[in-house]
Amino acid sequence: MDKLLKLLQENALETPENLAKMLDLSVEDVKAQIAAYEQKGIICGYRAIVNEDQLDIDKVRAVIEVKITPERGGGYDRIASRISRFEQVDSLFLMSGTYDLLVFVVGRTLHEVATFVNEQLATIAGVLSTTTHFSLKTYKDQGVLMKIEDDHERLKVTP
Amino acid sequence: MSDSKSPRDFVASHVSGMPRSGIRDFFGLVSEREGVISLSIGEPDFVTPWHIREAAIWALEHGATSYTSNLGMMRLRRAIASYVKRSHGLAYDPVDEVLVTVGVSEALDLAMRAIIEPGDEVIYHEPCYVSYSPVITLAFGTPVPVSTKRETGFRLRREDIEPVLTEKSKVLVLNFPTNPTGGILTREDLGGIAALACEHDLLVISDEVYSELTYEAERVSIASLPGMRERTIFLNGLSKAWAMTGFRMGYACAPPVLVEAMMKIHQYSMLCAPILSQEASVEALKNGDSDVVEMREAYDLRRHYIHKSLNDMGLPCHLPGGAFYAFPCIGDTGLTSHDFSMRLLEEENVACVPGTAFGPSGEGYLRCSYATAMDEIEQAMERMQRFVSAL
Repeated sequence: MDKLLKLLQENALETPENLAKMLDLSVEDVKAQIAAYEQKGIICGYRAIVNEDQLDIDKVRAVIEVKITPERGGGYDRIASRISRFEQVDSLFLMSGTYDLLVFVVGRTLHEVATFVNEQLATIAGVLSTTTHFSLKTYKDQGVLMKIEDDHERLKVTP
Repeated sequence: MSDSKSPRDFVASHVSGMPRSGIRDFFGLVSEREGVISLSIGEPDFVTPWHIREAAIWALEHGATSYTSNLGMMRLRRAIASYVKRSHGLAYDPVDEVLVTVGVSEALDLAMRAIIEPGDEVIYHEPCYVSYSPVITLAFGTPVPVSTKRETGFRLRREDIEPVLTEKSKVLVLNFPTNPTGGILTREDLGGIAALACEHDLLVISDEVYSELTYEAERVSIASLPGMRERTIFLNGLSKAWAMTGFRMGYACAPPVLVEAMMKIHQYSMLCAPILSQEASVEALKNGDSDVVEMREAYDLRRHYIHKSLNDMGLPCHLPGGAFYAFPCIGDTGLTSHDFSMRLLEEENVACVPGTAFGPSGEGYLRCSYATAMDEIEQAMERMQRFVSAL
């Protein structure tokens, strides 16, 4: 993958000036490249990774395994696309194995998530079954450990 | 009893005459201060990759707490031989041509003691790692430094060595990529040096601990050149490539007779390298190639960043070809390396090791380690820029 993309994936807040120095490019080139990625939809957005367990907020996360009937012509895409448009759906993947879609859902309460599953998701034509797992605690999210551990401190000067 | 000895009198004269490492004194000063950003650390800022640490934990859980063979565990020696083959193109027999040591430092000491007779001359390039000259002295050899220069990217060429050759010249020590300059050699440079070594019957000790941190250049070991395998002791370790400094794992590869000689000293002094470190190293060498690539890419970004920042602030600096050190010239500021480092520490709380810690030819330079987190490098460069422009 392009080094610029990799750096932005690690830290989207890195300034174009620093990126230019690290990549041995001009600041203008870096800005133009980022703009091009945004325009092509390769960079789809920027957001902070928040450890919500540390916040006193009402949020419930669940993972739902969904079995569906594939359709002639479109396969799984039409139903998946339909499910993905619900605002409660955070991420959605087509999977191999014993179910078809893996849906990551966010709601304010358990009740809200349950209602979404029962009344909206399960009732879509083509959805055969759902299995819902509620998330209890986050240890690592998008490659980032949620617990800040005290790092071992290196000596300040070594040969 | 008036002529009884004081503790000082018991210290051997070749040890009492040896200066303490300049780095130690500097360490004393830095550790007394708060809020220092340190670019004086000669080890990776990464922690050892988890799968390697996990292998050490697993071994401990399974009771790996014993001695190993003096040479090191056979599994590890095989892994080393296989790694050295695929990364450096060198073929060594794990049975009798590989010795596992406690860091490259021990391997270097063993090599010197196994080879040097009192009065033998050992040629090495300077500025260099702090231990070369003392280790030669401890083996009763005579250190013969050859200065390398910024104008030639701190390379060492045949013509630099020729003037210091005498009948007593026995060993040539190479450390490329170099701590502290980041200098590397081209295949041509190495070819010239190899020819010289053959003509003058020199043994070469090649400390290649930074070889994985060679950026765009071709990586060549002198041991791979014609006629050199038989007269080279190849030294390497896991500290820099896998961020394993605390595991203290090094190794030497050489013809059986040389390994046997080094092993004898190792056997009677160290016995063997710690088994947990050996277990961790097997994992690193077998399944850790991608760790090295990732860390090298991270250092490479910082290398460009620090190189540009130093030059922009008016401290001329060559682009280091390897290792994780920038070695800017501070001569134009009118300050000595020592004074520059001290004032930078006092006025801006940034620690860089004065070039003179790496030998007299380091005067006029500063070692800035970029094995430091990016945000710290950023802050350090800002502070240095402010310091330099106020001079």
